[in-house]
Amino acid sequence: MNKTTLGEPNAIAIVAFIGFVLITLGITYWAARRTRTSAEFFAAGGNVSAAQNGFALAGDYMSAASFLGIAGLVSLSGFDGLIYSIGFLVGWPLITFLIAEPLRNLGTYTFADVVAFRLRQGPVRVTAAISTLTVVTFYLIAQMVGAGNLIHLMFGLDYALAVVIVGSVMLLYVLFGGMIATTWVQIIKAALLLLGATILAVLVLAQFGFNPLTLFAEAKAQYGAGALAPGKLVANPLEAVSLGLALMLGTAGLPHILMRFYTVRDAATARRSVAYATSLIGWFYLVTFVLGFGASVLVGREAIKAVDKGGNMAAPLLAEVLGGTGFLGFISAVAFATILAVVAGLTLSGAAALAHDLWGHVVRKGQITGESAEKETMKVARYATIGLAVAAIGLGLLFQGQNVAFMVGLAFSIAASANFPALLMSMLWRRFTTMGAVASMLTGTLVSLVLITLSPTVWVDLLHNAAPVISLKNPGIISVPAAFFAGILVSLLAPEKAAVDGFAAAQDRMHLGPPS
Amino acid sequence: MVARRWRVGGVLTAVMMAAYFGFILLVAFDKESAGELLAGGRVSLGIVLGALVIILAPVLTTIYVRWANRHYDPAIKALRKQRKQS
Repeated sequence: MNKTTLGEPNAIAIVAFIGFVLITLGITYWAARRTRTSAEFFAAGGNVSAAQNGFALAGDYMSAASFLGIAGLVSLSGFDGLIYSIGFLVGWPLITFLIAEPLRNLGTYTFADVVAFRLRQGPVRVTAAISTLTVVTFYLIAQMVGAGNLIHLMFGLDYALAVVIVGSVMLLYVLFGGMIATTWVQIIKAALLLLGATILAVLVLAQFGFNPLTLFAEAKAQYGAGALAPGKLVANPLEAVSLGLALMLGTAGLPHILMRFYTVRDAATARRSVAYATSLIGWFYLVTFVLGFGASVLVGREAIKAVDKGGNMAAPLLAEVLGGTGFLGFISAVAFATILAVVAGLTLSGAAALAHDLWGHVVRKGQITGESAEKETMKVARYATIGLAVAAIGLGLLFQGQNVAFMVGLAFSIAASANFPALLMSMLWRRFTTMGAVASMLTGTLVSLVLITLSPTVWVDLLHNAAPVISLKNPGIISVPAAFFAGILVSLLAPEKAAVDGFAAAQDRMHLGPPS
Repeated sequence: MVARRWRVGGVLTAVMMAAYFGFILLVAFDKESAGELLAGGRVSLGIVLGALVIILAPVLTTIYVRWANRHYDPAIKALRKQRKQS
């Protein structure tokens, strides 16, 4: 293959990216005039349609890490990348069957609304805010560092400058446009990403007579049958199940995803929106799989590794080979837009935890009402947004050059073990108590954190110790059962009468919806 | 009706989890059969099964949404009306 222009300033990429920023800032201006109340700020006033929310959910979920990372993983190790793709998708049906409708009926802005519904507000909200902010922080660091690196690789722009640009534009979206602007940014980004990836996949398949089998056969001819078979990613069955558990249940516990269900009118719309999202995301991962193999065959593993050892540039390189510099520019701009959108969604969910859970229900004990409450919540939410954006930029700069790939895994693991068990038990189990919820969420967060610190990824690779304390890289198989166990044990040891009494009312509301 | 929704949701969840963890376990325990070549050596069993799991996810959600729209929503609506009158 010819020398790549990747990493040099690319006129089309810059124009496409500036175009995206200008259009989305225009939307933000339009949305800002529609964002007066906290219901509009956090939940877009509940006016988002099922299809819109489906795209926005997909937009929130399909990060640059999954687009560039999975295409890269498939291109370098073939089959193994498929394990991740599937893992990222299979949590969605679970959200549809178990979470989406009760969540919409019971809550207003955060998943803590649901857990705390019939329990004591203070302890539950504080713990839920801790786990939410932990998930958001790790996810944000991974996205910001990824953003700096990618933009540096793609446009040759300075790392620090890239981090500041991403942080500032995101701040504008969230601060002024709230959920309305963020939703539209997600929709546009999801449409662009799906369009770009699909065009690229069609171009790949066109080289192989539109038959994926020919593509796989070619990969096998170049790299041996190993490209089509499981490799070293799943050396250990326990590890594989643990990773699977974290990916599947983690999806159903991500705060910025759960928050999206409050932007639609009712439970039936929430249900339809996840069905849209599942189809879009499934399509996206099938396409990404084709892109990975395409890059393997058409760009070549050596050429991909020469640009970036992790393979992250496989999809952009493939775009250049098939569509020239112009298409490379388009794909690069889409990847940039993707990061921007995901970061905005995360920040908004962090701000909701701070302003709605901590300030509204813990500091103010849910006692402020009326117009002054509205003003105060909005003010706190905006300060929280600014604080989170500054933190995101700071952390992005602080972790420059660090390997942060494990942080996405950590975020999923905490979401799977801290948020999902508490959420499920609060909806289904009559005897679940306040202290049980607190114990479950804290156990999930702490066990995940400790196990990952002691695992090979951090203990050996980051802290340079000789041998890991435990060999498991993904704590899911221990931390998820531990969180369930802690919740059940504490609830049974110290029964809470008020929580049991409130169960029937919670069930009513969960299925019939809020009184109209 | 509410119990039925949890049952339908639970069964579909179980199907999805069985398919996914079945796939993971096959890949982890029996690499050779997952790498077995099909269609004249052009594709492996693992890839075909993986693609099927991906397709299964939207299919199951669609089944659920259809069921809920057709049977669950009217039942809930009736229940809500009944509550209002009583």
